[in-house]
Formats: sequence, C-alpha cells, structure tokens
Amino acid sequence: MSKLPKASELAKSISYAFPKVSWMDTKPAFAPGTWCYPAKKDTMEGLGMPNPHNWNPAEEDWNLPENWEEIIYNALKDRLEKYRSLKVFLDICVRCGACADKCHFFLGTGDPKNMPVLRVELLRSVYRRDFTTVGKLLGKVVGARKLDKDVIKEWFYYFYQCTECRRCSLFCPYGIDTAEITMIVRELLHELGLGIHWIMDPVSNCNRTGNHLGIQPHAFREIVEFLCEDIETITGIQIKPPFNEKGHEVLFITPSGDVFADPGIYTFMGYLMLFHEIGLDYTLSTYASEGGNFGSFTSAYMMKKLNAKMYAEAERLGSKWILGGECGHMWRVVHQYMETMNGPTPACMETPKSPITGTVFHNAAATKMVHITEFTADLIKHNKITLDPSRNADKIVTFHDSCNPARGMGLLEEPRYCIQAACENFVEMPENTIREQTFCCGGGSGLNTEEIMELRMRGGLPRGNALRFVQEKHGVNTMACICAIDRATLPPLADYWAPGVSVTGTHELIANALVMKGEIKRTLDLRQEDLPGVEEDE
Amino acid sequence: MFISLVAVIVLGAIAWMGGATPGLQYLFGIVLPMIAVVVFLAGFIWRIMDWAKSPVPFSIPTTGGQQRSLDWIKPARLDSPYTKTGTVGRMLLEVLLFRSLFRNTKAELRNGPRLVYWSSKWLWLFALLFHYCFLVVFIRHFRFFLDPVPVAIGMMETVDGIMQIGVPRLFMSGVILFGALLFLLMRRLCDQKLRYISLPNDYFPLLLLIGLVGSGLCLRYIGKADIATIKEMTMGIATLSPHIPALPISPLFYVHLGFLSTLLIVFPFSKLMHMGGIFLSPTRNLPNNTRAVHHTNPWNPPKTYRTYAEYENDFRDLMDEAGLPLEITPEQAAAKE
Repeated sequence: MSKLPKASELAKSISYAFPKVSWMDTKPAFAPGTWCYPAKKDTMEGLGMPNPHNWNPAEEDWNLPENWEEIIYNALKDRLEKYRSLKVFLDICVRCGACADKCHFFLGTGDPKNMPVLRVELLRSVYRRDFTTVGKLLGKVVGARKLDKDVIKEWFYYFYQCTECRRCSLFCPYGIDTAEITMIVRELLHELGLGIHWIMDPVSNCNRTGNHLGIQPHAFREIVEFLCEDIETITGIQIKPPFNEKGHEVLFITPSGDVFADPGIYTFMGYLMLFHEIGLDYTLSTYASEGGNFGSFTSAYMMKKLNAKMYAEAERLGSKWILGGECGHMWRVVHQYMETMNGPTPACMETPKSPITGTVFHNAAATKMVHITEFTADLIKHNKITLDPSRNADKIVTFHDSCNPARGMGLLEEPRYCIQAACENFVEMPENTIREQTFCCGGGSGLNTEEIMELRMRGGLPRGNALRFVQEKHGVNTMACICAIDRATLPPLADYWAPGVSVTGTHELIANALVMKGEIKRTLDLRQEDLPGVEEDE
Repeated sequence: MFISLVAVIVLGAIAWMGGATPGLQYLFGIVLPMIAVVVFLAGFIWRIMDWAKSPVPFSIPTTGGQQRSLDWIKPARLDSPYTKTGTVGRMLLEVLLFRSLFRNTKAELRNGPRLVYWSSKWLWLFALLFHYCFLVVFIRHFRFFLDPVPVAIGMMETVDGIMQIGVPRLFMSGVILFGALLFLLMRRLCDQKLRYISLPNDYFPLLLLIGLVGSGLCLRYIGKADIATIKEMTMGIATLSPHIPALPISPLFYVHLGFLSTLLIVFPFSKLMHMGGIFLSPTRNLPNNTRAVHHTNPWNPPKTYRTYAEYENDFRDLMDEAGLPLEITPEQAAAKE
C-alpha cells in the first residue's frame, strides 16, 4: 500500500490543467494507490466466472484469453441488444461538458479521463469503430479507435474509478448515466476474467455464507448476542432477537457490515432496540443476512443471483413483508431492480402495513420491502415512540445523503425527519452537496478498499470539504448517514478532511434518544460513552 | 476544429461552384436537397427504430427530488415523478426548458482547499436561445413552401421583426441564432475542459450551422437575394414539379442550400440525433414507482442461486449447535444417508 500524503499536500497536487496531447494518446500509469487488487483465481472459479486467471494490474501482461478481442466484441454486441440505455447513451452525447466538473473523482484527481464524458468516451470510441458505419469509415476523425490491450487497461483503471453515484446523470441534459456504462464495462471486463478482490471476495462469501463478510450462521448469531449484551448494559433491557424463525410478520434484512463493523454495529443495536420497544413481530435470517449486493458491482446476473435469496427466504419463513436496513446500493437494487429480477413476490407476501400505526406502504406494493427510515418516520409521526433528543444534545449533526437512496430512489426527507426528531442540533451542508446533488463518500460501488486510500481521499474531497465547511461554521461534530459503506468509508474521510467529526448511522441516533419501557436511567450512549449532562448530575 | 473548418469551407465552395455552373444547378438546387430530405427522414426513423429494438430491462430513473412514500411528505412530482402524468411533465420540462441543464454549476478549487460551486446557467441560456430561434427560423421558412403564406407565419414574422430595424426588417431570431452559435463555438474553444473533449464531429455541426445561418443572413440582408425567384424554385420542389427558374439566383443561395442538405444528410448519423434520443432516455422517461409497479425485463434470465437447502446442508451441524432452527435436523440428515 502506498503512503497517504497529508491532506494539504494532496489538495495542492490537484490541478485542472490538462495535458497537451489528446486523451487517445495518453495511458494511465498504474501507480500504487490508484488501482484495486485483482480478484483471486480461486474465487472467480468458485463463482463460475468466465476466464479465471492469475494476473496483476501492475504488470505489463494481464494474461488475457487468446480470443479476447472476439470476447469483448461479442459481449458488447450482446449488451447493445439487451440495453436500450447503452445504445442511446453511446449515441447521443453532444460533449456539452455539463458533467465534467460534477464527478468527485475528477474534482479530486484533476485527471481528464475522470470527467464522466471522457470516461464514457473510453467505451464510446471503441463502439464507434466496431458498431457504427461512420466510425468504421472515418476512424479517429470522428473519435473512433481500435480496441487494443491498452484500452482494456484503461477501462479497468477508469471504470474502477467510478463509484456509480449517478451525479453526472442528474446534470446531463439527456440523462446519460455513467453508472449504467460502468456496470456494463465491468461486465465486459469480467468476461475476460478481470475483476477486483474487494468485490469478488464478498460476492463469493455472500453466495456461500449469506453475507459479504463471510460470517457463518453460528457466528452471526453470536455477534448479534454480543451486541444484545451491550444493549443490556446500556438500557438494562434484555433483547433476544429471533433468527431464521418461521411465521413472523416481518423479515428484517440489513447489510452485514452493520453486524460486524464499528460504527455500523451501533446502528444495528439501534434497530434491535427500536423493534423491541414497539414489539415488532420480526425475524432475522442468517441465510439472507446481507442487504448489500456486491453482485450489482459485478454483473446483472450476479446481482440477481445474490438478491434472489431475499424473496426465497421470505417465502420459506412465511414473512408478509421485508423491512430493509440503512444501506445505499442495497436500496438501489431493491428499489429499481429487485422486483423486476426476482419478482413476482412469493404468495405469502402482502403490501407492507405497519403493524404499529396501520400505515399501508402503497409505494412498496410490488416489491413489498420498506426502508427502515420510512418505517421509523411513520412511527415518529404517529407518536408511537418517545424520543428524548437531549440525549444527543452534545451532537451537532449533519446528514450525508448516500448516492443511491438520493438519486436512485428519492429518499431525502425520511432520514432527515428521523434525525431531527432524535437530535437537538441539525445543520445541512451546502446545497450543492446534499440531497439529489449529494457527493459520493469516495468508496461506493465496491471501491471501499484500503489499497486505494489515496484515491478514496481524493474522491472524498468534495464531501470532506462540505463537511469541513459546516464544521468550521456551525461546529458540526457528527455526520449521520443511511449507508453501511458510508459508515465504513466516512470515518477515514472525516479524519482526513475534517478531523474531529464522527460518523453515525441514523438509527444509532434514534436509539440513543429512544425512551424504552422499563429501561434503567440511561447514562451511556450506544458507544458506551457518557451521555451529555451525566457528569453534572452526579 | 481545423479539419471541420476545412470541411465546411470545401462544402461551401463546392456548392458555390455548383450554383454558378448552369449545368450543375439542377443537381445542386433540386436533386441534392431532395435526396437530403429523404436521407434525413429515413435515417431518423431508422435510428429511432434501432434504439427501440433494444429493450429497457430495468426501470432506472435518476431521481432529482423526493420520492412519493408517506402521505405527509411532499413528493417532487416533476423531478421524481411517481405517475405517468408526472413523467410526461418531467419530459416536457426536459425537452422544452432543458431542466437538467438549468441545474448546472461550475466548481472551482481554491486554496484551503475549498471547493466552491457557482450557479452556471450560460450554457442553459444559449442552448435554449439556439434551439428556439432555430425553431422560429425553421418555421418562418415555410413561407417558401406554402402559397398562400399562412397567417400564423405572417404573425410570427411581425413579432420577430417587432424592433423594425432596417429594410428588409431585421428578424431577431436569425441574429440571436447566429450569436448563440458563436457563443457555443467560443465556449468549446475557450474552455479548456471542453476543448479537450471536443472531437471534429463536435465542431463540424456547429460550423455547418454557422455557415447555414450566416449564408441565410447574407442572402436576406446583404446580398438581398431575389425572393420571388427563390420561391418559384422552392414551390417547384414543394409541389413536386421541380425546375430551375429562368431568372438567375445568387450562387450564395446554393451555398445555403448545400449546407442545409449536408446538415440533413449528416443529422441521423451524428450526435444531432440527441433530438430523438432524449425521448428514449430511460433515466428520464420512466416514473419513480419501481417498488409499487412491476417492470418487465424481456430477457430476465432464470433464477439460479444458492438455495436455503444447500446452505443448511453446508452448515447444519454448526447451526444446530448454535440452536438455530433447522428444516432437517442432523439426525434426520444422517438417517437419510
């Protein structure tokens, strides 16, 4: 792993001055810290991925299969026939440049090929030559170029420097969505056996053990029980969450990062405390113990394969509907893909109805899956839970919209409503950096890996900068989010760009403020630190 | 830029020569434009059909605002439409008012570091001016193909020339159109980012349009071409009895016509097809109701996933030890074997 430069040095190194030579004549330098480790051959074989082989991005020869050109040509042809989006997006870009400075990776690296328009042009140039008459005839004059091994390397480099956040797509006058292109180019690369370890390992784990982290069923239960012990220490209340039990109304699925990784575990504790308090009839599942879907960063096929477990488990357990935890890309998959891929839902499922408030979630009538902040906002609105925001009084909170719920779902008000009910101090970051215009954490779409920390910090510059701004102006010390990847990526980002700000899930804040029936006098927050005002009392 | 400029100049020169050579006037004044119209129409339809041939496997609107969820949360009906009507509204905003471009910002990195975002609506403004003025000019040209000239066109001309400058009266649309084109070209040349991403096929349509509009302005205001003769010729085409009028027409008119023909021929095979493509963009033309309403993927592959049974087979003993419920107990499993 390369050494991370100081924040001030990194900022100084960013220049938006472009090279003199045309982008077609420049090649990426595979410097350490700019590329992700390749997927292991065994992993790829185990998943039945095509052309598994050993290779290293830093080396000259990537050991591509012999007929690699034919593979790419056929794969691209296949995708063109399958996706109207791809065809239209490749054909209609006018290079107006509206997307250019909307990408966090461009803003943080200054690399022209990180402008969304050029990123897509990397594929478009090959498409022009192989699939359009004008491109065949006129070649370079119309921006067409021949596919060679360097182009493959360029694709790998730049389509793993896109986090599929869709910010460019919001600003594009034709809605050209680079995320769509990135998903498809990654599929093309996978046809050649090129993938990254940080994505394929979780995919493999998720397939086998039910979650990305590879936690086996007994260990999953143990970890959750540990968290319940902590809840008992804090609240005096004993919670025994059901696992794999049939006949409960709700199946609850959240990213496994919430079960395993700090600070996600506090969010997970928050869910359990809330469910206990309202007496929700639910079960967890160890088989479908992953809400996230790294398959969606691999291929449409893999996304479907991993996601299929959710409905399968709901059917086996006889659940009426699924409640989904805080996660970004999970919700893109659930909201825009799940019902299409794996629907219609099993016969036992019904349009979700909150058993506490009676609210029917008509917006989830087909998918039958509700976002936890929709569910909790509804509880709060109907005064079904008691919240004491003074327990979060030491926190000046801002909210980071995750890309996928913001631009692939439109979930903007629900989490804000929850946070504002649980906290006394809430401040928004500048308007160009939140809601539908939100900036990525720098590590979405499976790029939350350590070896590219510098790249992540560069991609995280716009978010870090906005955070720094409210930290200086309003004394913000807490950034809330609704995404497990955020909970993993934002702490290092905050340490780097806005030291002193801590990162929290929304349901951690809720649970801190949640007044539970029969609880002891709360002196500790979920992280077992003193609640505000505790010392003065004693 | 240079290649495109040369191409446009050469095209103009060829058209001039064609117009100045009596034997070639029929070719350049009648045959070529008619071919161009056919190519344009056929090409445009073919492109749309070709796009439409590929399915939309997933409903992937880019949401630009609050979804519709709980009754008491106000949804963004146009930026994140839930209904068909809302989606039509979003498309109308996009097509008629360039909604997305209106959001445009310009990012600037200052010392500190501090990223600043400025509202940047110049592109939106000039793009809008260009497209609408082009439309007005296009409609005004129908006076050459219709006899008598419809009242609506006359009214449009009255409004367009309301400033009452000069003789013939100055139409604002033409001048603004030309200005907007120059802005779009200068922007491409002066903004470093744009210059870097621009291809010859970005400059070519711009220069071609500048040539087209420029020659048109010259014909009206400088050369003061003989409108009656030109109309005799265009009416001939419109009534499908094409002929070259006896009175001479300025070669500049043939240049104008040559640029137009080129534009029509190039159109379906170039980025100008964004005109049709925008309507087929799945991030804009689909409602954000994907959890409420089923969307079909015609090539949805069969489900293949690791089933619970396989999972339990793998972890049965561990699950049993941990006290997790099982479909088949270890004893039952052993008995089976």
